[in-house]
Amino acid sequence: MGSLQLSSIRKAFGDHEVLKGIDLDVKEGEFVIFVGPSGCGKSTLLRVIAGLEDASSGSIRIDGQEVATVPPAKRGIAMVFQSYALYPHLTVKDNMGLGLKQAGTPKPEIEERVAKASSMLSLDPYLARRPAELSGGQRQRVAIGRAIVREPSLFLFDEPLSNLDAALRVQTRLEIARLHRRLKATMIYVTHDQVEAMTLADKIVVLNAGAIEQIGSPMDLYNKPANIFVAGFIGSPQMNFIPAEKLGEAGARTIGIRPEHIALSRENGEWKGKVVHAEHLGADTILYLETETAGLITVRLFGEHRYGPDDIVFATPDKASMHRFDVNDRAIA
Amino acid sequence: MAKARTSYLRSGLIHLALISYTLIALFPVFLTLVNSFKTRNAIFREPMAIPTPSTFSLVGYETVLKQGDFIGYFQNSLIVTVVSIALVLLFGAMAAFALSEYRFRGNLVMGLYLALGIMIPIRLGTVAILQGMVAAGLVNTLTALVLVYTAQGLPLAIFILSEFMRTVSDDLKNAGRIDGLSEYAIFFRLVLPLVRPAMATVAVFTMIPIWNDLWFPLILAPGEETKTVTLGAQMFIGQFVTNWNAVLSALSLAILPVLVLYVIFSRQLIRGITSGAVK
Repeated sequence: MGSLQLSSIRKAFGDHEVLKGIDLDVKEGEFVIFVGPSGCGKSTLLRVIAGLEDASSGSIRIDGQEVATVPPAKRGIAMVFQSYALYPHLTVKDNMGLGLKQAGTPKPEIEERVAKASSMLSLDPYLARRPAELSGGQRQRVAIGRAIVREPSLFLFDEPLSNLDAALRVQTRLEIARLHRRLKATMIYVTHDQVEAMTLADKIVVLNAGAIEQIGSPMDLYNKPANIFVAGFIGSPQMNFIPAEKLGEAGARTIGIRPEHIALSRENGEWKGKVVHAEHLGADTILYLETETAGLITVRLFGEHRYGPDDIVFATPDKASMHRFDVNDRAIA
Repeated sequence: MAKARTSYLRSGLIHLALISYTLIALFPVFLTLVNSFKTRNAIFREPMAIPTPSTFSLVGYETVLKQGDFIGYFQNSLIVTVVSIALVLLFGAMAAFALSEYRFRGNLVMGLYLALGIMIPIRLGTVAILQGMVAAGLVNTLTALVLVYTAQGLPLAIFILSEFMRTVSDDLKNAGRIDGLSEYAIFFRLVLPLVRPAMATVAVFTMIPIWNDLWFPLILAPGEETKTVTLGAQMFIGQFVTNWNAVLSALSLAILPVLVLYVIFSRQLIRGITSGAVK
């Protein structure tokens, strides 16, 4: 239960093409994350899978069944929205049970499933409350609970953590990860936050301008980005891109090197530069260097380092971790 | 400290303006009410005076209640107003939902067409309406009035409600769709409760012109059985002699039901506003 095949999904609003032929295969129990900048079509793709938007062309198969003409409620999916989208006039319990009630599930079974979901998410004390009486984190847990209760073959998450503050976001992220392990359900999750993508996903789908840039495990994307877009999108701080001719590298147009793959020394090294700005984060120190050879680069050092603005330093890139990109911005293997 | 002083001054001025506006707005109502309890002579001698034991009289109310079937007129007015409001709200909200929720060809044109009635007064079509009602055999029925008032109220209702419905979260409607609610259930159970304040506004806007209208009752339903309060009060206004006691009493009585309806709707209005503010 819970596989998904998309083949050449296209979606256009008038003349504007939002999805330009998406092919994707999601296996049972996988946690797949769509990530990309805003406007890349990731939310539209999720809506198409849910049946809230019709694709202009292409086919969607859930558990091998073509679902293009199946209404959302009958696709065996459940969705969690960014804005929680709880029914304001219903209690937490009724919010969770409404889908089953509509489907004609017998009452005792609804009770049982709601009880199970609410204990899983520690929502028991709030069952009789209305959404207005809950905090943001609790509301999002109710929304997740509403999805669990349906026992769907496919969970869809549309930026579920974007409305939460930083601490709650980490906590809820953990909860979603545990939920996935526990339910072993297939989950599709949309986010613009690459940290969420890296920490949760089995498989990340990087989207840009309505097309898939790369599909792979988090470490695949980090270690072997297929092109400059993915290389720049995954990893924080962003990878440094240096024109190859500046470094005298033949056969490539751009050289990419991650900030954490550059060593720093006060005495000697390949690139001489001056510290423009230093960010001391405790666990990391992030330095912005104006170098003579490579231009402005970012360097990430682990632990505390006493560098400050205007210090003269030498940076040495780790040759083995360099990424080389050709004239079409594709990675050279 | 200086800040506090200016804010006293500011709020004082604001209150002054509001109080004077209130007085101006309430004055005609006050005058009507006061004079309805006076004898005919007292009304003309000292229109501003409050009734004293010597000038106090209920003759106006007695006339109103004895002459003609005023209870019946009230009933007619109430039926026409309430049914019209209900129809305006129902059809207006449904049209507004369709216009704001669904993308279809001609959506914008349809919206403009439905809003056109805001700018064109329905009375321009009186002759045609009368001909239509005659042909349909609806003259001298309350149905005729309800139909006309529903048509009159719809444009503004659709205009206001469709703006409000655009503000209802798409996610909420989509959550409903995934939970298997039909479009009707989404409309009635999710969207309508959220636009209740707008519905109350529309109800108030719709109600007052209907209740006060003299034109259409006079033309479409002047029969004794179907007279409304405003039309009923006219029988005391003659070409040469006007029974002021009766007119003022009738008008005073006519204020009451509309006041009750207004209080009901405005409670909704305020509740809606505050529930939105603390969300």
